[in-house]
Amino acid sequence: MAEAHPVGFQWVMEAKARGAKVIHVDPRFTRTSAVADTFVPLRAGSDVAFLGGIINYVLQNERDFREYVVAYTNAATIVSEDFVDASDLDGLFSGFDPETRTYDTSSWQYAGTEGHEGDASSGESHTDRETASGLQHESHGGATPSQTQRDETLQHPRCVYQVLKRHFARYTAETVERVCGVPQETFLEVCEAWASNSGRERTTMLVYSVGWTQHTTGVQYIRTGAILQLLLGNVGRPGGGVMALRGHASIQGSTDIPTLFDLLPGYLPMPHHEQHETLQMWVDDMSHLGQKGFWSDAGAYGISLLKAYWGEAATVENDYCYDYLPRMTGDHGTYQQVLDMIEGKISGYFLLGQNPAVGSANGKAQRLGMANLDWLVVRDLFLIESATFWQDGPEVATGELVPEQCRTEVFFLPAASHVEKEGTFTQTQRLLQWREKAVEPEGDCRSELWFFYHLGRMVKERLADSTQRRDRAVLDLVWDYPTHGVHDEPSAEAVLMEINGYRVADRSPLTSFTELRDDGSTVGGCWIYTGVYADGVNQAARRTPRSEQDAVASEWGWAWPANRRLLYNRASADPEGRPWSERKKYMWWEEGKGEWTGPDVPDFERNKAPSYRAPDDASGVAAINGDDPFIMQSDGKGWLYAPVGLLDGPMPTHYEAAESPFRNSIYGQQGNPTRKVYEDAANPTNPSPPQPYADVFPFIFTTSRLTEHHTAGGMSRYVEYLAELQPAMFVEVSPELAQERALEHLGWAHVVTARAAVEARVLVTDRMVPLRVENRVVHQVWLPYHWGQGGLTTGDSANDLLSINLDPNVLIQESKVGTCDVRPGRRPTGPALLDYVADYRRRAGVAGDQRIPIVTAGQTSTSAEGH
Amino acid sequence: MVSRNSLSGPLDPAPDAGYVDPPARKGFFTDTSVCIGCKACEVACKEWNDVPADGLNLLGMSFDNTGSLGADSWRHVAFIEQSRPIGEQSPPFQDLPTGPGMGTESQFLGMPGSTLPGASQDGRTDMRWLMASDVCKHCTHAACLDVCPTGSLFRTEFGTVVVQPDICNGCGYCVSACPYGVIDRRETDGRAWKCTLCYDRLKGDLEPACAKACPTDSIQYGDLDELRERADRRLEQLQGSGVTEARLYGHDENDGVGGDGAFFLLLDEPEVYGLPPDPVVTTRDLPDMWRHAGLAAAVMAASAVLAFIGARR
Repeated sequence: MAEAHPVGFQWVMEAKARGAKVIHVDPRFTRTSAVADTFVPLRAGSDVAFLGGIINYVLQNERDFREYVVAYTNAATIVSEDFVDASDLDGLFSGFDPETRTYDTSSWQYAGTEGHEGDASSGESHTDRETASGLQHESHGGATPSQTQRDETLQHPRCVYQVLKRHFARYTAETVERVCGVPQETFLEVCEAWASNSGRERTTMLVYSVGWTQHTTGVQYIRTGAILQLLLGNVGRPGGGVMALRGHASIQGSTDIPTLFDLLPGYLPMPHHEQHETLQMWVDDMSHLGQKGFWSDAGAYGISLLKAYWGEAATVENDYCYDYLPRMTGDHGTYQQVLDMIEGKISGYFLLGQNPAVGSANGKAQRLGMANLDWLVVRDLFLIESATFWQDGPEVATGELVPEQCRTEVFFLPAASHVEKEGTFTQTQRLLQWREKAVEPEGDCRSELWFFYHLGRMVKERLADSTQRRDRAVLDLVWDYPTHGVHDEPSAEAVLMEINGYRVADRSPLTSFTELRDDGSTVGGCWIYTGVYADGVNQAARRTPRSEQDAVASEWGWAWPANRRLLYNRASADPEGRPWSERKKYMWWEEGKGEWTGPDVPDFERNKAPSYRAPDDASGVAAINGDDPFIMQSDGKGWLYAPVGLLDGPMPTHYEAAESPFRNSIYGQQGNPTRKVYEDAANPTNPSPPQPYADVFPFIFTTSRLTEHHTAGGMSRYVEYLAELQPAMFVEVSPELAQERALEHLGWAHVVTARAAVEARVLVTDRMVPLRVENRVVHQVWLPYHWGQGGLTTGDSANDLLSINLDPNVLIQESKVGTCDVRPGRRPTGPALLDYVADYRRRAGVAGDQRIPIVTAGQTSTSAEGH
Repeated sequence: MVSRNSLSGPLDPAPDAGYVDPPARKGFFTDTSVCIGCKACEVACKEWNDVPADGLNLLGMSFDNTGSLGADSWRHVAFIEQSRPIGEQSPPFQDLPTGPGMGTESQFLGMPGSTLPGASQDGRTDMRWLMASDVCKHCTHAACLDVCPTGSLFRTEFGTVVVQPDICNGCGYCVSACPYGVIDRRETDGRAWKCTLCYDRLKGDLEPACAKACPTDSIQYGDLDELRERADRRLEQLQGSGVTEARLYGHDENDGVGGDGAFFLLLDEPEVYGLPPDPVVTTRDLPDMWRHAGLAAAVMAASAVLAFIGARR
């Protein structure tokens, strides 16, 4: 966190100054580790085993916060008797179809709900993986009936608590030591510290970022953390919770108001051509008829969005122009698109503040894809590699790309920087902060808002005389934003007002998403943002200093939803509505006033008493009981076990990374059986056990960031004050690995995978350590991913080493762990480089028509392949 | 004995320099125990003061590619990796397979190691990474100021020491005088440059750029008296919690430079950070030197006289 969020990290230092203990778990000793009280090195890719071990410790030693667990989680809920756990099926759960590599999740359901309509049908899982609908489920809380069978003594053999306990029984301290490389004493120290610092009087916060998400089991990583925090009663409580740091500035905003193929603003699902043929099907799917919770109003959110897009043209007669919305037909994710580009299926590409030539997995595939387009538009501050790959990319040196023959026409448009335009940033706490424009952009530099507004205006003008039905979707778009200034800059405040939402009749701004309607009388650009312009005041621009308000600081910026700072804060009080302790008082029920009160906005209906019990036939918001803090979940409880919503299992399971030197020793199933793979000549994968020749790539590599540089380097390699702070691409190796491979400090080395060989200067450091895993020593190396050919400091790109292997739920790439070889000296150049990498592939048995054995359950689970 | 224009001993430099009713002396307290090595101080300083970049050099001194203070680096963050614990930190590498011979090949090739000479190569259990942002000390008795022949270097009303680039003639006397090796001549224009403690910002009631940018308040700016009190409390707190190597540096007004306007809290010996353990203002011994020279001259003269008298007989 200190490396990537140094300014936010000041609050960790502040907590430390007040006595908080900081534990840092990471494959590498970083600037965060330097100020931590405890540092735990572990093998990259083994975090589910590590956290699973802590869960096992908590359950076996009964260190869970029992009252919280019984009342607020689904620990007591009984699971279907058809469910069979991974412990009994060698790493698979019941319902696995090896043909499609997906699960029929009907056996995962709660008892008494099997055969329930909803997301349980098997045919849908394949579509779900294509369309990353896991993301939709995660935010929607999945669909199950609101009333379930429960045993609050937690003794029933099929209650979630017991199912969880059996599932994690294998994750002993000895297992953690063997699989993660973390000595038992160190591991138990972490368990004890975490468990002791949780409960009524104390809470522990779990902080993670992309070191967790970028794995083929990334979503399950976070699930494991969430389960542990729920067991310890840390969710929805001050100083607790799961803090998800994100990858860069305002990327939270770019999923809230998304540029993702599978989501619409406010995490509404992009319609699918089969599942959501009509407006009603779309609304029904989102609102989960019969469920508890606020998604029951999804029709209002969706229709208000359609009104925002198409205004007066959207009427009840034409289903509010629902037919204008594009439909998903499969996998439109960025990696599929890149492979489609290589095959010539895509004509054009817009890149805005994105540098996939350096920043995305499998750099060669990215560049070869971009070389096969009709046109490419790049908007950025500098001539980044994604604009110049055709003349100076690595493929030009090897001869794979000949500049004169590259058919892509590249348009580079200079972009305004963040100080040259106004608008909001949404950061990790869901906090929107309005930024003013400080200076006018120079020359031709323009903001994104200007670009898209005028592009849309010009496209509409071109299509004005069209009689084609398909052009109505563009022509009917509401596009009347006021503009100002010499460049006709559209008003960002007008856009924010539209996002907030207003009543069509009088354009009065809405105050809350509960005011959105499904009858066309409201506009709502993003339902979770409704309230940011309440009363016509730009709430995101508020800047009351912290010296003038309490620690919750509700008057600085605006957080969604409804300026609520701590989500699920109902859980900060016990089932009767009293704080769990004086020390951890946050929100509580004020009996006299009949309302929830405290320093924050209650994440609960303000006047719903803790004693409220919903009638049997209730649904939606009325079905939420007074002790159901997790109001977005269909049963109002935190899910220790997820009956729906995840494609790879109701509980997290240790699987090895797609590329690993080790055989999974916990189960026969080697890697995530449902992971998304692209078996393409452009995307070879290093062999992993049980495949032979895994030892051709015997080391583990991981990538991350340096404080001095920014993501794919477009904003730092070109700036001299930053470039000089870290002036060269380097690889960190332990002294032990340096000795083994004859690497010299400040000399050259190159790292090799089936995709590429990347050279870097060597930094031999004591901070990198070998680990003992599965009874043999393994080395890890670390690379920063900031470098490319452009700018003041240049170097090879680490992401060229990565293959495209994705988590099945959200299609994120596994860029935090892979296998490699490391050799001293520089890599070959020119066509010789291709021969060099091809030779590695040959020796590793990686052929063009590679078939990776993904389902390995049922084969003998032996430990470590011999050398 | 301290008197007006003393070259040593405790002193409030601004009144001593002739200011009537100057503001309280200003300075830095840099608490290196909370530095996270982000280098925002280096960048903020260069941005505000328009200091040129000084080259793309991978120095390999851990994450330190700046190297040292100089004409083009007025803040410098040092990084020191040590196989030692901080306070009561648990050893992060205990029971791990470290040390020579770990791996498939076991020849020791005499690689330059990152452990200190003499330290054990047989495995390592502890790890600590010290980070510290160094800066001009703005000494109470500033040798650079004392030796400057043009009057370019002067003492401000805030007690800080500033170079006036339009007067500096690049003679370089200040460079050899500084006991910390801070001030230096810029290659591209020959003049001496160093930290001004953002004199222009102080005049506008703002804090220096580095202090403003530092996210963890490692760099603290304020009245020097108050900073010294804060530092004493922080030292007590750290030592009380088991960090016994914590110490203050440059805080003592009886040291060889009369105490620094920019002082530090360190977690090891000054030499570990590249700082001189016992800095002395090079002009401190001037009065003594003149006395000795005078005495020598007098003895020479007396000897000459005696020689003549002797010769006449």
